[in-house]
Amino acid sequence: MLALQGDVREHLAVLRGLGAEAIPVRRPEELATVSGLVIPGGESSVIDKLSRLFGIAEPLRARIAAGMPVYGTCAGLIMLADTVLDSITGQQSLGGLDVAVRRNAFGNQNDSFETDLDIPELGEPAVHAVFIRAPVVESVGPRASVLASLPDGRVVAVEQDNLLGTSFHPEVTGEHRFHERFLDRVRAAA
Amino acid sequence: MSTSESGSPSATSLGTDRVKRGLAEMLKGGVIMDVVTAEQARIAEDAGAVAVMALERVPADIRAQGGVARMSDPDLIDEIIASVSIPVMAKARIGHFVEAQVLQALGVDYIDESEVLSPADYVNHIDKWQFTTPFVCGATNLGEALRRITEGAAMIRSKGEAGTGDVSEATKHIRTITSEINVLRSKTKDELYVAAKELQAPYELVAEIAETGKLPVVLFTAGGVATPADAALMMQLGADGVFVGSGIFKSGEPAKRAAAIVKATTFFDDPAVIADASRGLGEAMVGINVADLPAPHRLSERGW
Repeated sequence: MLALQGDVREHLAVLRGLGAEAIPVRRPEELATVSGLVIPGGESSVIDKLSRLFGIAEPLRARIAAGMPVYGTCAGLIMLADTVLDSITGQQSLGGLDVAVRRNAFGNQNDSFETDLDIPELGEPAVHAVFIRAPVVESVGPRASVLASLPDGRVVAVEQDNLLGTSFHPEVTGEHRFHERFLDRVRAAA
Repeated sequence: MSTSESGSPSATSLGTDRVKRGLAEMLKGGVIMDVVTAEQARIAEDAGAVAVMALERVPADIRAQGGVARMSDPDLIDEIIASVSIPVMAKARIGHFVEAQVLQALGVDYIDESEVLSPADYVNHIDKWQFTTPFVCGATNLGEALRRITEGAAMIRSKGEAGTGDVSEATKHIRTITSEINVLRSKTKDELYVAAKELQAPYELVAEIAETGKLPVVLFTAGGVATPADAALMMQLGADGVFVGSGIFKSGEPAKRAAAIVKATTFFDDPAVIADASRGLGEAMVGINVADLPAPHRLSERGW
């Protein structure tokens, strides 16, 4: 669990509820001990800055390239995107997902919303998704695939090999299927 | 609910409790900085602020200049919103629901119903359930926090004593809130009825906190935080994040101090990082000892 900033507590609770051994990761030494990583919701500009400042960004890029399973929600999805649109000056992502993601794509907090999403890969029931100043996947490259879209076609969940990213926050609604999908990959990769 | 202008699909709900409280969840572990110009807002964003609070005068100046402190000029708020991509908060006077309506119309991401401004109502706070925009409110103790949550606050900040650079009140308030929560945890059900009466808060909310051991919303701390060590102290005392008001832009080197406070907030439990962040920051804000402030000038006593 990358714990530089954001809703770390909610993710840890879901992961531990599913029986996983989950720890907060802020330093390269801690990263070296884990076999998968969740990047939480938060401010992507802050998570980016702190990850470079404390030397975890480069080792994390190397782990992603080596196939470590990673799941990112909201800011975490932004961190995993190869291209970030509407970023602040100098903002970098870790990359890995062959997508372009736009920050704050829906507007300000008054436009934050909840809705139900049908996601065939996850089966029934529909996923109740909470979008908070959320990003959207604006273009999907050939290596990534779409997992979920809004009724208007905008892409809000993608995956590529061992990487998974959602614009919304399953960790705040008691939705466990994305975390299970991530943990399945961690087990398979181990 | 209706479809928003930015094109969210139909069958979506805006301004729900979960969405309002959720934004505060995403700010956890972060630093929210007071800014009075678009340039300061950019400096704060570059330094790693998780959000900015847009206002006309920082609390230290409100305190020095006196007079009635009100909501900021909409032009200033617009400029600050346009200049950064992180969330923008702005303050309304206690009980001034029209200032809050204006801030919502301006599209701020969070409204702070704040004791730092002059109160507009000495009896009632704003009915915050009426708004799509979430609210953060100050509290000095658990009862005050619970009354604000009952009125619809989606985030609480302990008040401290704004504009002083003296962290002692912030320490007192966060300690009071957490110790009162601990007391609730040890009470039996019949005792909780009395506790609710004493806290002047609804029984259901009191019972929920006795069960979970935490507020149902995020708890930040504010008022007097001026150094990286101050911020880390608040985090070690159980805050989810910190507000820094006058402490940054009233200091010698704002950009450096802002970045240092961000580092110390994330690594609040690592003295080596805090030591490193505390080096060479230039002069801290001069500050006023809270003990030297006559009671009528203490902002934390505003709110009921």
